[in-house]
Amino acid sequence: MPTQKTIAATGNTVVAEAMRQCAPDVMAAYPITPQTTIVEEFAAFVAKGRVHTEYITVESEHSAMSACVGASAAGARVMTATSSQGLALMWEELHIAAGMRLPIVMANANRALSAPINIHCDHGDIMGARDTGWIALFAETAQEAYDNTIMSVRIAENESVLLPVMSCLDGFITTHSIDRVQVMDDESVAGFVGEYTPANALLDLENPVTHGSFAGLGGPYFEFKKAQREAIERSRKVINDVGAEFSELSGRPFGMIETWGMEDAEVAIVVIGSTAGNVRHVARGLRDAGAKVGVVKVRCFRPFPFAEIAEALAGLKAVAVLDRAESFGAEGGPLFLEVRSALYDNAERVPVIDYIYGLGGSDVKLELIESVYKDLSDIAAGVEAPAGLVYLGSR
Amino acid sequence: MHEIRWHGRGGQGAVTSSKILAEAAFRSGWSGVTAAPSFGAERRGAPITASTRMDREPIRILSQVTTPDVVVVLDDSLLAVANPAAGLKPGGVVIVNTVRPRAELAIPADVRVVTADVTGSALAAGVVVGGQPMVNTAILGSIAAATKLVTLESVEAAIADAFPPGPAAKNIEAARLAFQCTNA
Repeated sequence: MPTQKTIAATGNTVVAEAMRQCAPDVMAAYPITPQTTIVEEFAAFVAKGRVHTEYITVESEHSAMSACVGASAAGARVMTATSSQGLALMWEELHIAAGMRLPIVMANANRALSAPINIHCDHGDIMGARDTGWIALFAETAQEAYDNTIMSVRIAENESVLLPVMSCLDGFITTHSIDRVQVMDDESVAGFVGEYTPANALLDLENPVTHGSFAGLGGPYFEFKKAQREAIERSRKVINDVGAEFSELSGRPFGMIETWGMEDAEVAIVVIGSTAGNVRHVARGLRDAGAKVGVVKVRCFRPFPFAEIAEALAGLKAVAVLDRAESFGAEGGPLFLEVRSALYDNAERVPVIDYIYGLGGSDVKLELIESVYKDLSDIAAGVEAPAGLVYLGSR
Repeated sequence: MHEIRWHGRGGQGAVTSSKILAEAAFRSGWSGVTAAPSFGAERRGAPITASTRMDREPIRILSQVTTPDVVVVLDDSLLAVANPAAGLKPGGVVIVNTVRPRAELAIPADVRVVTADVTGSALAAGVVVGGQPMVNTAILGSIAAATKLVTLESVEAAIADAFPPGPAAKNIEAARLAFQCTNA
């Protein structure tokens, strides 16, 4: 069993620590805002000789992911981190990394996109990247951010998957808050992630291959995309298996969704990211007062856990989805669209209400969560559900 | 659960200190500890707030503190632009770095206020950066004295962990002096 040390640290610090323990061959990063202190702290590890990583400072996030793509194609274990506009600037290469089936692991501090200018938390950046072909894990806490980072390496590099993984944590909330975290010893993490053996390395001169070449009209582009779909479908089992193995090692549970109070809940909130903590806190208080409320936290957004969500929410009287991102012109936010779609094949129709909240770091006060549960209990009691989405806590 | 709200100005180190306090609380035996900064415009001198929470159980709330038990005011000029007593819980305390008498401070009379010359403590210990006394670590001593939520020893250990040895010694001395001069 691993030796675990309990420390008080920020999400950024423990993600940098996890990356050091996973010992990537290459990290490429653009080290100014909107970058995170993850790459800053990692650079310090490199400078002090605590990790032997080729650390490439580049001139933009576009170049950062380009360098990651090149290094990963060459056969290196590659990690990086980004946030907000930085992720947006990586847009082209996000698709290329996934299309070339490169197991890059990247942390993203979930933050708002301009305009207007805002540096704070929401999921606009990562939700915008949800169809780039990356696997996307979400952390509620610094602990989960640490754990997800380590698991990401195993998931990405699994030979039946070979896809890049984004390990997402809420900017300025999980990234910058001090929290209690259990950190494993270096040997246990190294043993868990193992040595990386690239499947199709460009620098394997004995077995020459080409990556990402022209596959236009008449070429296999269409089939490549189908193969990506099949790979991310296969990743479901890998994510669960790696999660189970990591749970055994760490003593901390992992599931693509995490439920609280759902055994006999009549109403529930579905949430992703750090707000799950506030929701569980409010739910606990309501439970103590006798209300049958539950919480469903989504820990993996891509692939989306459709079956798990459909099962967890079956038979409820009302469901609220909390979306920290917009999908302008759609029926609701990104999480809502997935959740309601997941429920379509259930026999009984459950009213699902979408709440857009916390955009640009707007504070998620407990009263707001209480008001959502109040709405749900009203709907369960027969009050008509609101038509359309609700902007929770906006002025 | 104990909730602490910091009022400072950009560059004064309130965010750093909210983290050091969380570390000190952890060392004082609180098993649930969080420190959540609130970043605004990243501009020197702009009023900012930060939050620290401590509990015997793990804490999962990460919103900003709006109903504090303890409010820490890094300099009394902030009393003109921020309302430190806003949302203060009954029995709560406001800790102010000032040399002015309590009666002169723009804080309602029924609020418990603890004052200390924290700037004086920082100057006496030589905690000066760019010609300005840094009060953020010194005031941790006043918090220990006024609230008893953390021990002075845990504050010293947390400061020692946050700085290289030379600066750490000065900052620890400043916290000690502030601890002594706080009229709790």
